[in-house]
Amino acid sequence: MSMPGRAQRRGTFQTTLGGHSYSFADLRDLLAKATPLRSGDVLAGVAAESAAERVAAQTVLADVPLAHFLDEAVVPYEDDDVTRLIMDSHDAEAFAPVRSLTVGGFRDWLLSWEADTAALTALAPGLTPEMVAATSKLMRVGDLVAVARKTRVVTALRTTIGLEGRLATRLQPNHPTDDAVGITASLVDGLLHGAGDAVVGINPATDRPSTVRALLELVDDARRRLDAPIQSCVLTHVTTTLELLEQGAPVDLVFQSVAGTQAANRGFGVTLDQLREAHAAASELHRGTVGDNVTYFETGQGSALSADAHHGVDEQTLEARAYAVCRAFDPLLVNTVVGFIGPEYLYDGKQILRAGLEDHLCGKLLGVPMGVDVCYTNHAEADADDTDTLLLTLGAAGCGFVITVPGGDDIMLNYQSLSFQDVLQVRQTLGLRPAPEFEAWLGSVGLLDDAGRVPQLVPEPIRALMA
Amino acid sequence: MTTTDPWETLRAATRARVGLGRAGDGLSTAENLRLAAAHAQARDAVHTALDVDAVVAALGDRAGPVVRSQVADRTEYLQRPDLGRRLAPDHGLTEGEYDLSVVIADGLSARAVADHAVAVVDALLPRLEGWSVAPVVVALQSRVALGDEIAAALGARMVLVLIGERPGMSSPDSLGAYLTWEPRAGRVDSERNCVSNIRPPDGLGYDAAAEVLAALMHEAFRRQLTGVELKDTGAALPPAAG
Repeated sequence: MSMPGRAQRRGTFQTTLGGHSYSFADLRDLLAKATPLRSGDVLAGVAAESAAERVAAQTVLADVPLAHFLDEAVVPYEDDDVTRLIMDSHDAEAFAPVRSLTVGGFRDWLLSWEADTAALTALAPGLTPEMVAATSKLMRVGDLVAVARKTRVVTALRTTIGLEGRLATRLQPNHPTDDAVGITASLVDGLLHGAGDAVVGINPATDRPSTVRALLELVDDARRRLDAPIQSCVLTHVTTTLELLEQGAPVDLVFQSVAGTQAANRGFGVTLDQLREAHAAASELHRGTVGDNVTYFETGQGSALSADAHHGVDEQTLEARAYAVCRAFDPLLVNTVVGFIGPEYLYDGKQILRAGLEDHLCGKLLGVPMGVDVCYTNHAEADADDTDTLLLTLGAAGCGFVITVPGGDDIMLNYQSLSFQDVLQVRQTLGLRPAPEFEAWLGSVGLLDDAGRVPQLVPEPIRALMA
Repeated sequence: MTTTDPWETLRAATRARVGLGRAGDGLSTAENLRLAAAHAQARDAVHTALDVDAVVAALGDRAGPVVRSQVADRTEYLQRPDLGRRLAPDHGLTEGEYDLSVVIADGLSARAVADHAVAVVDALLPRLEGWSVAPVVVALQSRVALGDEIAAALGARMVLVLIGERPGMSSPDSLGAYLTWEPRAGRVDSERNCVSNIRPPDGLGYDAAAEVLAALMHEAFRRQLTGVELKDTGAALPPAAG
C-alpha cells in the first residue's frame, strides 16, 4: 500500500458568509482556521481572526472530500517521516466504505446507526489523522462522546484495557526525590483504593539508569509479592529503557513521549527507528499473561509548538498525527496529558474539556487505545469542577483509562490530576468497573464488595509492603 | 457518615496526599476543603500583583529601574509567553559595563518573589567580591528570557533572573534562579543554568542557594559560558528538597 512521491497538491479554499468572502491558502490553513478557539493556535498565529471566519472555515471544510487528504499533506512528505508513515501505511481497502464522503458527510456517517463498533474497528486503518481531526472540528461535545462510546480499542498485557463498561486507572506514585518509601506509600494508597489496573507508572525525578532500574524492581517486587495482575512502567527516555532492557531489568512497558512531526520528535530526542528497536526488544521478553502490547506513549496538544516544530499546523491536527506514530508500535496505552502543558496552549476548563474529548475520539478512531490525564496546572483557568466534568464525559465516552495520584496532587510534577476517590465515585455514578483481571484480584484480597465498591480496609499482604 | 482511616504509617512516609478521609466513594468534606485551600493559595500566588514598592524598599540603594514586558495584563501574560520575553519601550535602562545584572521578576508567583527574592540577593552579593554588579532591576509580567534583553541594555556579561516558579498545590512560593552568560535576545533554555525550589524551610535555603549560584557564576566566568556544558562540569547541584 505504498504511495511514494505523492504530489503536494495545493489549492485555495473560498466561501462567502454574511456578505464577507473568506479564503484559505491551503488545507493546513483551512484546518487551523476551522479549529474551535484555543490559546495555542492564537500563540502560533494560525487561529481564525474572528468567530465568523472560524465558521466559514468549518463550512468549507465540511465540503472537502475525505480522499483529498490523501493528496494534500499538511507537512510535506519529503520533509517529515511522520507524514511518510501516515501516507505509506494508509490502507485503501479499509478506507473504501467512506472513500466517497466529504468531511461533513463523514461526521453524519459516524453519528449514523450504521456506524457500529464492528464497522468503526474495520475502518481504523483506512483513516488518517488529518481526516479524523478535520471531522472532530465539526463536532460538538455530545458528538465527541457519542461516537467515541461506540468506538472500541482493546489491548492487553497482564490486564485487558478498553473493554465495554470498564474504566481503568494508571496509579502514578511519583515522588520528588524518587524515595522508595515515599513511592511505596503512594503505591499502597492507590492499591487500597482499587487503582493501578492500567499500569503502575512512575515519572522519575532523574533519568539515571540505576535509579530507574531500582524503581522498576520496586514495583515488580510488589507485583510478585501480591500476585497481582499489574504492569509497571518508569517513564524514562526510550534510550534509557533500551539500556536497561540489555541489562535484563524487569521492563514491562517501553515508554516514550511522542509528537506529530519529525522535528518535534527530534526535540524529544527520539526517532522512529529507536521506537522500532525498543518495541522489538520488549516484545521478546514475553512478560504478558493475557496479551502482548508492550508500549506506552504520552502526547499532548501544544507539544510541537513548544518545540517550535509545528509547521504552521494547528495543535489538534498535530496531536492526531502523534497517534499515527503510536499506532505503528501496537501500544497497550496512549495517554494525552491534556491540561499539563499550560494555559498558553489550552487556556481554561472549556478548552481543556474539548481537547480531552477530541483527543480521545481521534485516537480511538485511528485504532489507538486512548486514555486521558484529566488535569490542569495552577496557572490555567480551571479547577476541580472542570476535571470532574471531563472525567464524567470521558466515562460516558468509554475512555480506556485515566491517571490517578494521591489527592489529585502530584508533588513531583506540580500539577493536579484525578484522585483515587474521584474514579471510585465516577465508577459508581456511571456503573463502570475495573479491568477484569484486576477486578478479580481486588475481590480475592477483599477490596471489592458485592456491589462493586471498594471498602476501607487494609489486607495483610498490602500492609506488609510498608514494613 | 464519614469514616476515619487507619493509615497513619502511609501519611508519615510522604508529603503526597495519602490516606485521605472518604465519604462513601468520594472525599470527605474536610479533605475537600483542604484541597480547595491549597489550590486557592496557588491561584492567588499566580494572580496577586507583586508589591513593587516593598521589594524596592528592601533592596535599598541596590535598587535600579522597574521595567515591564510587552504584556498588558495577567490574562495576556498567561497566553502570550512570547510577549512576556520582550521588553516594553521607555524602560529607562542605561548602558554601562557590568559583570552581572540581577533581575527580580514576578513570573508565576508574586508570593515567591515577595518572600524570598531580596533574601537571596542579600546572601549572594557578599560572595561576589570585586564584581561590578548593575543596579537590581525589578521586572513585571516577566518571563525568564526578559532578563536577556534587560542585561543587554545594561551592558552586563551575565544575568541572574530570580523569578516566581509555577506554583504547585503544596508549593505556592517557590523561587527559581536562572543564570545566563552573555545574555541577548534569542538565548534558549539549554544555554542557562537553573537552581530551583528556593523556599525555606521546606525547599532550598538562602545560603545554600547563594553558595550554589556563586560557584556556578565563578565557573561561568572562568569558562565564559552557561548551560548544559557548565552543568556537566561545574558545581554539583543539591537535589531539590523533598
